[in-house]
Amino acid sequence: MTLTRRDVENIAHLARLEITEAELPVYVGSLSAILAFVEQLAAAPTTDVVPMAHPLEGQRQPLREDRVTESDRHGIYQANAPAVEAGLYLVPKVIE
Amino acid sequence: MSLHHATAAEIGRGLAAREYSSVEVTRHFLERIERANPALNAFVTVTAERALADAQRADARIARGKGGLLTGVPLAHKDIFCTTGILTSCGSRMLANFVAPYDATVVERLDAAGMVLLGKTNMDEFAMGSSNETSHYGPVRNPWDPARVPGGSSGGSAAAVAARLAPVATGTDTGGSIRQPGALTGLTGFKPTYGRVSRYGMIAFASSLDQAGVLAQSAEDAALVLGAMAGHDARDSTSVDAPVPDYAAGLDRPVKGLKIGIIREFFGDGLEAETGAAVRAAIEAFRREGATVEELSLPNLPLSVPTYYVVAPAECSSNLSRFDGVRFGHRCRDPKDLMDLYRRSRGEGFGVEVKRRIMTGTYVLSAGYYDAYYLKAQKVRSLINADFRRAFARVDVLMGPTAPTPAFAIGAKTDDPILMYLNDIYTIGANLAGLPAVSVPCGLSGGLPVGLQIIGPHFAEERLLAAAHAWQRLTDWHRRMPQGWA
Repeated sequence: MTLTRRDVENIAHLARLEITEAELPVYVGSLSAILAFVEQLAAAPTTDVVPMAHPLEGQRQPLREDRVTESDRHGIYQANAPAVEAGLYLVPKVIE
Repeated sequence: MSLHHATAAEIGRGLAAREYSSVEVTRHFLERIERANPALNAFVTVTAERALADAQRADARIARGKGGLLTGVPLAHKDIFCTTGILTSCGSRMLANFVAPYDATVVERLDAAGMVLLGKTNMDEFAMGSSNETSHYGPVRNPWDPARVPGGSSGGSAAAVAARLAPVATGTDTGGSIRQPGALTGLTGFKPTYGRVSRYGMIAFASSLDQAGVLAQSAEDAALVLGAMAGHDARDSTSVDAPVPDYAAGLDRPVKGLKIGIIREFFGDGLEAETGAAVRAAIEAFRREGATVEELSLPNLPLSVPTYYVVAPAECSSNLSRFDGVRFGHRCRDPKDLMDLYRRSRGEGFGVEVKRRIMTGTYVLSAGYYDAYYLKAQKVRSLINADFRRAFARVDVLMGPTAPTPAFAIGAKTDDPILMYLNDIYTIGANLAGLPAVSVPCGLSGGLPVGLQIIGPHFAEERLLAAAHAWQRLTDWHRRMPQGWA
């Protein structure tokens, strides 16, 4: 699998990553090489093989009672935020 | 004997016998860090004040007769574990301003055991790397040869313990990130069964593979620290609700009768000759002690690396989508709109390798490619898992090398990601199948440490620790220290 510049720009857009002009050729080359490397999986016979998403079999999603267990800590959490006002996270204007 | 030549268990015994105080021990290690860290770059943050406060509390607890085996013993945490009020960077510019608002469960439990926090160790950015060269804070140097890498991603923890700047340290292992640096720095690196240790507060990379563990000087130390950090945690939905055995109590189980399988696929092309010879000699020593040894084939295991480099990037691209420049982490200057904010914050905050993996993951999960890459890799993961299950129907443990070569030179593999990825060729299988595995020092190649890897079935931690301990009673490789850090 050989990716083009356009492919990498498209992937970067989907991943919400700004890639500089200087970085682009590095990713075109290395991502193509990685995809070519993982291509060898195609040869493995996997008809009727069940895909494995989790290493431990038979584990069930644990559920708990639906009640509030957390206290309000928004002040502590928002101390790490780049921009907050009145307890709200600030982002650039979305609606004109 | 100098304090730093002692293992964590020995320091614990010395503290209990009041041979020295935790404050004295802690000062000793803080001085060593101050002296040696500039050359090694093993620590991102040294928490000297916190350490001395912890040590005073530990001394008071010991004086009250309430101390445990690890009370007052210093340790270092990989900078992937959240620590309240302390920078938790994950080796990334993205989190270079992130002060964790809570403790990881691992941190909480080792704190409750009375351990003393010396600081947070350097690591590959978001644990993505095998050499500790992708860190925003610069590469870590291997104490055995500062021109070489310590392995990764837990390279700071490995270098810190290898140079005895800390008696023991935590690490995480997604594709070998405890065992490989353990092998490259002459340490005992233990990765438990998936689900054995809580992932709560451990910054996620690939959630179906990530597991916390220990970089230690001995199997005994690994047993003690693992015992203190393991166990069920309702805050991690993959945490297994099973009792934690007394790992230290099981250490003396004899090797006699142990059924060892040698993984044939681990001794092919690419394995450095001296490394292979040291590993084979170690397995032969187990046989002389009364173990039985047979060679087994796990035919799908050579597909571990390509399988991993679909599954892990896919999970990483999803996990790292939380870094959006809004709630925490790096934000770009003067974003012109929301899309610009996302793209530039992430483009600037992440380094080259992390971006490469996010894009690989984005691609293999994207419409039209999902079945060919991601679903296919999950099926091959099943085949690899079945290989291990068949092997463990015949033998108790599997053995082989941990890494194909000893520590390589800084910069040697940075331009070729696939060459770098292949360094984890022997370690990734255990992550894909969720198995416990340990690397123990078993010799030298060109003056550099070589690791023997022992892999067990799910929840066979006791068996692995006992085998590692038996080996360390027969040999003194784990006692060897690199020159120049005495």
